[in-house]
Amino acid sequence: MAENQSYTLHVNGLLHDVRDAWIGESLLYVLRERLGMLGSKGACEQGECGSCSVLVDDELVCSCLVLAASATGQQIVTIEGVAPLGSPTDVQQAFVDCGAVQCGFCTPGLIMAAHALLDRTPQPTDTEIREELSGNICRCTGYGRIIEAVQRVAVSRTAQQ
Amino acid sequence: MSTVTREGVLGGRLGDSTPRPDGIAKVQGSFAFSGDLSADGFLWGATLRSPHPYARIVSIDLTPAWRIDGVEAIVTATDVPGKPTYGLISSDQPVFADDVVRYVGEPIAAVAADHPETCRRALEAIVVEYEVLAPLTDPEGAIDGTHPPIHPAGNVIRHQRIVTGDQSLIGDVVVEGTYELGMQDQAFLGLEAALALPDPGGTGVELFIATQWLHEDRGQIAACLNLAPEQVRLTLGGVGGAFGAREDISLQVHTCLLALRTGRPVRMAYSRAESFLGHVHRHPATVWMRHHATREGVIQRIEARMVLDGGAYASTSSAVLINAVTHTQGPYRCPNATVDGYAVRTNNLPCGAMRGFGVVQACFAHEGQMDKLAAACGLDPVEIRLLNAMETGDALITGQLIENVAPVAECIRQTAALPLPDTPVGGHDDDPMHLPGGAGLTADRSHIRRGIGWGVAMKNLMYSEGFDDYSTARCRLVDGVVSLKFAASEVGQGFVVLAQQIARTVLGVDDVVLEPIDTTIGSSGSTSASRQTWMSGGAVDGACRLVRERLFEHVGALNDIEPVRLAINGRDVVDTMGSLRVPAKVASAGLVFEETFVHHHRPTEELDENGQGNCHTAFAFVAHRAVVDVDPELGLVKVVQVATAQDVGMALNPMSVIGQIEGGIAQGLGLAVMEELILADGKVRNASFTDYLLPTMLDMPPVVATLIEHPDPMAPLGAKGVGEPPCISSTPAIVAAIRDAIGRDLWRVPVRPSDICLPNG
Repeated sequence: MAENQSYTLHVNGLLHDVRDAWIGESLLYVLRERLGMLGSKGACEQGECGSCSVLVDDELVCSCLVLAASATGQQIVTIEGVAPLGSPTDVQQAFVDCGAVQCGFCTPGLIMAAHALLDRTPQPTDTEIREELSGNICRCTGYGRIIEAVQRVAVSRTAQQ
Repeated sequence: MSTVTREGVLGGRLGDSTPRPDGIAKVQGSFAFSGDLSADGFLWGATLRSPHPYARIVSIDLTPAWRIDGVEAIVTATDVPGKPTYGLISSDQPVFADDVVRYVGEPIAAVAADHPETCRRALEAIVVEYEVLAPLTDPEGAIDGTHPPIHPAGNVIRHQRIVTGDQSLIGDVVVEGTYELGMQDQAFLGLEAALALPDPGGTGVELFIATQWLHEDRGQIAACLNLAPEQVRLTLGGVGGAFGAREDISLQVHTCLLALRTGRPVRMAYSRAESFLGHVHRHPATVWMRHHATREGVIQRIEARMVLDGGAYASTSSAVLINAVTHTQGPYRCPNATVDGYAVRTNNLPCGAMRGFGVVQACFAHEGQMDKLAAACGLDPVEIRLLNAMETGDALITGQLIENVAPVAECIRQTAALPLPDTPVGGHDDDPMHLPGGAGLTADRSHIRRGIGWGVAMKNLMYSEGFDDYSTARCRLVDGVVSLKFAASEVGQGFVVLAQQIARTVLGVDDVVLEPIDTTIGSSGSTSASRQTWMSGGAVDGACRLVRERLFEHVGALNDIEPVRLAINGRDVVDTMGSLRVPAKVASAGLVFEETFVHHHRPTEELDENGQGNCHTAFAFVAHRAVVDVDPELGLVKVVQVATAQDVGMALNPMSVIGQIEGGIAQGLGLAVMEELILADGKVRNASFTDYLLPTMLDMPPVVATLIEHPDPMAPLGAKGVGEPPCISSTPAIVAAIRDAIGRDLWRVPVRPSDICLPNG
């Protein structure tokens, strides 16, 4: 297509060249379809569900709302950059152990959001958890086990201090 | 190419809260959903859809689309090589509209191109000339014959009466009401997506697909493609939720057709807006009920009329209708009944399966009636329900006897025994987040009223009306490692962990590997109707037991012991009458045992013209109590707590059961106060997550739950399906709580702010 360009993205600590890509592509599309990072999910394309959550310069954003070509020069962290495969973080392990995962489609986005919450607020109240994670829709679990998983991590991190 | 293969893990037996084996992959983002699958040289597919609810197609001009660089294929109705239509029960839905479109969103053409943006431009370039027709959007217009047939099969999909007992009885107490339910969407998060790989020479096709029923899909796809079923091979792509919306064909045939036409792999993936148009929904319904009772409140007779809007094509409407009319009475005794039910065809969006499948509609009405009856008889909501609670051995209005464990009264009592929330009205500590409407800071704490409401439900499990429902599973034990093979769709519910728990329990081994879920084994039936724990659980259990017999024969022969004396104890094979104890892993070293088992549920019957017959297989029961805070002036609702006791038979994985309960209640809450796909003149007004409101973590209250465990002798593992009951009576419980808070009748869901705060709704 005529409206194509090439640029570089900084994802999970590495530089990735994006070649000859249509400028209308979202960051979510480029991560998934051009860089092969399939962990970020698309479910609404309008920033309502949080399934595509990534960090851009330490800020939690919906990657479906970011034009990829505008994210050059920023530090992007995706679910693939949270922990090496096979070595889950405490949040990831707690989600599995507490039954916070059913179909799992919302899960990578929720993991990103839960890490961001706990980094900022190490001992969140129930209301803070609900408010901070209310941008992530889960259709399977009814959220009860997700809240328990986040609380479990908060308690365990506090105990380790 | 990714397929769904999972590693075995050590651990959980039946009854343990074992974490699911795909959990780590899902939290790390490496689990392959159907939309994540790709192949070298693939093309993107996309679908052109009708903008009109009812129109004649005068002409289709593809030429402008063909001029766009990157377009590789365009197909329309004339390119469908086999049967032009498909459908789960009756084959009435065109693969592509031919001469007429019957709903907004009906597929007309599909394109394959090098980029999603190329596809979008190609679809925009196709010129379709329509002669717009007057749509049929009022379901009553389908019944009264005032609108000409919009389909050769007519405007009434099914009419079913239930007539039993005294038809003239008039009770001392009579209450009636008309109840309405809007159209709910399943709104699974993982959008429809598939990858089709054509065989060389177009002799067949392989499809990776998120579906609820691989074998049913295969049959319908093969017929439309004019291929033999064995020429169409399906593998389950990771499924991001289903809730009924993946029981029908959506993009399956289109994707395969484009792949066969181009000779290249084709990926299709719906957008959210397209998904709202591309799958069936919960039937909007109008239900009138009149209950007759003694002065003491004992139900004597129910009259009812139900109209379910099936939309443009039949899907499972006829089965949904049967569930609705046969659950008119709910979990209460009723000796006399007159029920008239219609599932009709309109130019609205097609409706079919969604969690609860017709029972949601009946339950919203019968629970509204129970509260009216209680008020008329001077009883409270718990008393009226206990007074009429069904028991094992009672007859339904269809004449069928309840043979299952039926702990209705126990569900009610155990729910009532759960603690009410300790939160004061409006929430603790002046935090505005706890107010109805949340941090909008508009609700005035002093105006908020609290209400408590009840809902109780009965739900049939498995398939009904004579359908030969079965599930197939294979168990292979090699050197102490079990491999399980089945085609049961894992959609998030957790059958994958349950299957491992069954195998470990029956065979005493720790390592259980799950083979890919595909069509290289017989059907497991659909992941729907709360049936996989019972049906595919029964099949896996049966296959493992056959392998265990072989193992016992082997161990018995080696040790000169009758095999019947042997049993599994933990990880060991033990002689129950002697001292032999050998680890199952050791006993099976160097050996290969393989067995396949097909589990059928007991046969059922069709209903006769009076709605009589043993049409259902089994039943489960549940009670819900909801507590809400309401700002009556602003019409804002905050659900504070939902308490429930559910008849589960046996909790084979309590953590999974709780997950189903909480998730189902969230969907029931959505229908109660938030979720409606709004149509005006057949056109959808809110096909997006911005405008179709789903419960978030702030909307969902704490759930307190009691699992009622009485192993059901009819169930292979004693366990009843648990998926549907949570979303059935939670909705009427929440609405009853709102009525209780504001002291006014509410007869429609979802309850909108205007229904609460404006005098005439």
